[in-house]
Amino acid sequence: MSIALRKRHVLGEASLDRGAYSPTNTSSAPATPRLAVDNVTLEYRTRQHVVKATQQVSFNVQEGDRFVLLGPSGCGKSTLLKAIAGFLTPAEGSIRLDGNTIHGPGPDRIVVFQEFDQLPPWKTVKQNVMFPLVASRTLGRKAAEQRALKTLEKVGLGRFADAYPHTLSGGMKQRVAIARALAMRPRVLLMDEPFAALDALTRRKMQEELLALWEQEGFTLLFVTHSIEEAQIIGNRVLLLSPHPGRVRAELGCAEDSLHSLGSEATKARTQTIHRLLFENEVAP
Amino acid sequence: MSVHDLRGPVDPRVDRFFDLPPVDVRELKVARSVGQRLWDQSVVRKTVILLLLVVAWEVVARVQNNPLMLPSAMETASALWHGLASGVLLARVSASLSVLLKGFALGAFLALALTTLAVSTRIGRDLLTTLTSMFSPLPAIALLPLALLWFGLGEASLIFVLVHSVLWAMAINIHAGFQGVSETLRMAGRNYGLKGLRYVAFILIPAALPALLAGLKIGWAFAWRTLIAAELVFGASSGKGGLGWYIFQNRNELYTDNVFAGLVVVIVIGLLVENIIFDSVERLTVKRWGMVR
Ligand SMILES: Nc1ncnc2c1ncn2[C@@H]1O[C@H](COP(=O)(O)OP(=O)(O)OP(=O)(O)O)[C@@H](O)[C@H]1O
Ligand SMILES: [Mg+2]
Repeated sequence: MSIALRKRHVLGEASLDRGAYSPTNTSSAPATPRLAVDNVTLEYRTRQHVVKATQQVSFNVQEGDRFVLLGPSGCGKSTLLKAIAGFLTPAEGSIRLDGNTIHGPGPDRIVVFQEFDQLPPWKTVKQNVMFPLVASRTLGRKAAEQRALKTLEKVGLGRFADAYPHTLSGGMKQRVAIARALAMRPRVLLMDEPFAALDALTRRKMQEELLALWEQEGFTLLFVTHSIEEAQIIGNRVLLLSPHPGRVRAELGCAEDSLHSLGSEATKARTQTIHRLLFENEVAP
Repeated sequence: MSVHDLRGPVDPRVDRFFDLPPVDVRELKVARSVGQRLWDQSVVRKTVILLLLVVAWEVVARVQNNPLMLPSAMETASALWHGLASGVLLARVSASLSVLLKGFALGAFLALALTTLAVSTRIGRDLLTTLTSMFSPLPAIALLPLALLWFGLGEASLIFVLVHSVLWAMAINIHAGFQGVSETLRMAGRNYGLKGLRYVAFILIPAALPALLAGLKIGWAFAWRTLIAAELVFGASSGKGGLGWYIFQNRNELYTDNVFAGLVVVIVIGLLVENIIFDSVERLTVKRWGMVR
């Protein structure tokens, strides 16, 4: 079955039957966004300097969004994601989750990292998925185990529940990380180039799977990438960041673009627009 | 004009296609011979090495033919047998082991506590690095006179020097292990709301387990050395001496075969602990998890 069709179906008329992300007012945006990033400046303090990574970035993520941060390497995407996860404190501005300013990391915002070593090697696949549930005391052991198995089934790794991470391929490890994040049912799921270390074929497959999972679960996603194509496939909204220091260049809707519209004129036109916005000020080397 | 044309000259090779018949599954898995599989067992290989060493010893001793200086393997074995049969050697071993385990456990615990403090607070880290750089170079034996002054002629003095010899080496290893834990894994742990002791217990300790085990091994070896040396220096504590005392006494009375028997016991215990206890722990943990090969 085609992902594109299903995606359009969900995004179009049928979003009404999904109470999760369609409150009573379907036309206007809800009062408090799921995630509000307000005028956020982020800095790194090194011994000699204070390095500004992002400058006065603002955007809102609504419930059920697949919100993509897109920008050239070094523009501060990862930094922004780390700040939202609570690992960094903004030098200026504030980050609010459901209207509450965030303080430090918490299991209501689960991160899927790019690195494969995010899975503790001493835990089996199943134990890895259970880990945040148990560690954050969200569920008891029994319930956590059941939810872990169910989620692993969803990402197609049911058979590998008792395997150790070092016996899995890179793509399978990322699937475990995604299952682990989904099992927590976080308020917002944060992904930092989760597919960047995968080969092109596996990456395409993982993109399809992520979209399929989103259709089933309807989570709120914040996704970082530096690939325009990936942004268009995954996202329903893209935030374009300027090169270092990251500032908001534009925010676009791209819900119509999908894996299966890659050849279409509208999608190509949007790719052009994004490309121009990202690189127009760049001087050729 | 460029030298290389991407289109290339006409390639004479033709495209090839193959129909792949199904593979015979029996060919995929071929049993290896018993000899090969035996040689895969490290126990077998190590036993062979040990046997060769014993044979070499026996040959050298027979050539020398001076049992007072170098008793042969056979003579040592018989001395060992007599020592064990009379119960003397076993009593010495158990006296030594009991002190050793106490000192080792206390040292390991303190090392873990100190390193936990060091990863939790900045001042804790400064404390650890300062203390280790101060005390780590200090030989445990040099502290023995002080220990005797403070704790008297008894087990407490021995435990004191044991803790000293174990603690700093292990603390350095464990701390290095904690510091080597990947940033991603740390962030993942904090992401799930782990803090303080729970963070150390659920993330840092398992992630640093290879370094922790290396630290335990080093600590164990240091403890043995220190204990035997300390017993040699100040002999029996409260009437029942350990292995070091046994070696010292027999040397004084020129029972060299008994001295060798005592040394062999030290070696055998070391081999057993290394090959049975540490190996099993590694096989069940870090090797199983693919953290070390
Ligand atoms: N630990 C750090 N200390 C100092 N500066 C840092 C640190 N981490 C990142 N930076 C700086 O902050 C800026 C943003 O880095 P960040 O990792 O957020 O980029 P990014 O957009 O994620 O890039 P990429 O697409 O390559 O991952 C960079 O200019 C980088 O030099
Ligand atoms: Mg990055």
